[in-house]
Amino acid sequence: MSSDTALRAEALGKRFGLRGGWALRDCSFRLPAGRVCAVVGPNGAGKSTLLALAAGLAAPTEGSVTVLGTTPAAARPRVGFIAQDKPLYPQLTIAETLRMGADLNPGHWDTDGAEQVVAGGDLDPEARVRTLSGGQRTRVALALAVGKRPELLLLDEPMADLDPLARHELMGTLMAQAARGTTIVMSSHVVAELEDSCDHLLLVGGGRIRLSGEIDDLLAAHRRVSGAAATTPLDPHTVIESRVTGRQLTALIRPAGPLPGDWRTATPSLEELVLAHLRNPGAPALTPADTADTADEEEHAA
Amino acid sequence: MVEYRIDRHSGVATYVQIVQQTKQALRLDLLRPGDRLPTAREVVEATAINPNTVLKAYRELEREGLVEARRGLGTFVRRSLGATPADSPLRGELEQWADRARAAGLERDDVAALFTAVLDTYFEGDPT
Repeated sequence: MSSDTALRAEALGKRFGLRGGWALRDCSFRLPAGRVCAVVGPNGAGKSTLLALAAGLAAPTEGSVTVLGTTPAAARPRVGFIAQDKPLYPQLTIAETLRMGADLNPGHWDTDGAEQVVAGGDLDPEARVRTLSGGQRTRVALALAVGKRPELLLLDEPMADLDPLARHELMGTLMAQAARGTTIVMSSHVVAELEDSCDHLLLVGGGRIRLSGEIDDLLAAHRRVSGAAATTPLDPHTVIESRVTGRQLTALIRPAGPLPGDWRTATPSLEELVLAHLRNPGAPALTPADTADTADEEEHAA
Repeated sequence: MVEYRIDRHSGVATYVQIVQQTKQALRLDLLRPGDRLPTAREVVEATAINPNTVLKAYRELEREGLVEARRGLGTFVRRSLGATPADSPLRGELEQWADRARAAGLERDDVAALFTAVLDTYFEGDPT
């Protein structure tokens, strides 16, 4: 296992209870280190389960997940995790919360880094956590995670209860963290806000990985096409979605070869790509099984 | 120092926006040789875009010989971009042409479409 891999799942599955349904099944993917990865999918798709498995807070029912080249438990000191409900002690002040972080992480606590994250939000260190807004609590939770000097930050819906300004500021803080080399994995069901910040995508739907890879590669592997319905055979190509309106056919496809010159084609946006796959659960997945070979070749060539 | 403004709805790739805005600053003499570009960290903190996007833009500017990265110090402007003087003959001819287009009944969008089409024909494949 190379250390340039932040996260690797192999046939990973999780079932809650003996008779429960599978929250996640057959998940295989590789996330290279240094990426900012969006975990996207509808509510109940398995995003939180995936993050909890990576954080070592839940054990896989089958398969395995490797974090920073080792088990989630062994990797824990090098991983920062912020759960969806951002658990903090409400009776502590912000300063006390950070002191607790320092006590819990002896020897590798980044006092300046943690205080910078708090300072970015114009917060009073003496304010008690229970008096803070959602955005302010997220900022304190992030300060606690950043203070650990994590190599990998796992964030479950970090932007969910934030107003647009707080989202932008917090995303800026996260991107500054990424610029220091921290791998970031964050889940969201709002795709549009991730498009400029993330460079890697895991699309989770129905407990399975639907798309996985570099966003640029995934976008380049698809085309939005339109043409006359009577004369536009989609045949050799993988069709994710197609629609006929009057005489016009529009489709999102994975081209299997050159496209005829009389089609109008365009690269889809990330949101179009994600929505088309979610609207069509039957569309084939595009995951490392399909792309692993080329990735390995690139590594060997490098 | 330049400050980048990212327009998510412009349809222009984010790294291209950074390249274009840097060139614009060079043309307008807001950036001069020796000036330092903001670090990737500074840019992403303000814009919330991915750091690799900034690095990609800077690599592109470096490839074109406009800036150079100095290890541990930052990215610095190497040369300015010669702006077309406001009184150049080319501008005069373009103004006459625009005047004729207007007289012929073309609207602003028609002219823009025509101009873009000709640009695409003559500068096909050139970096923007």
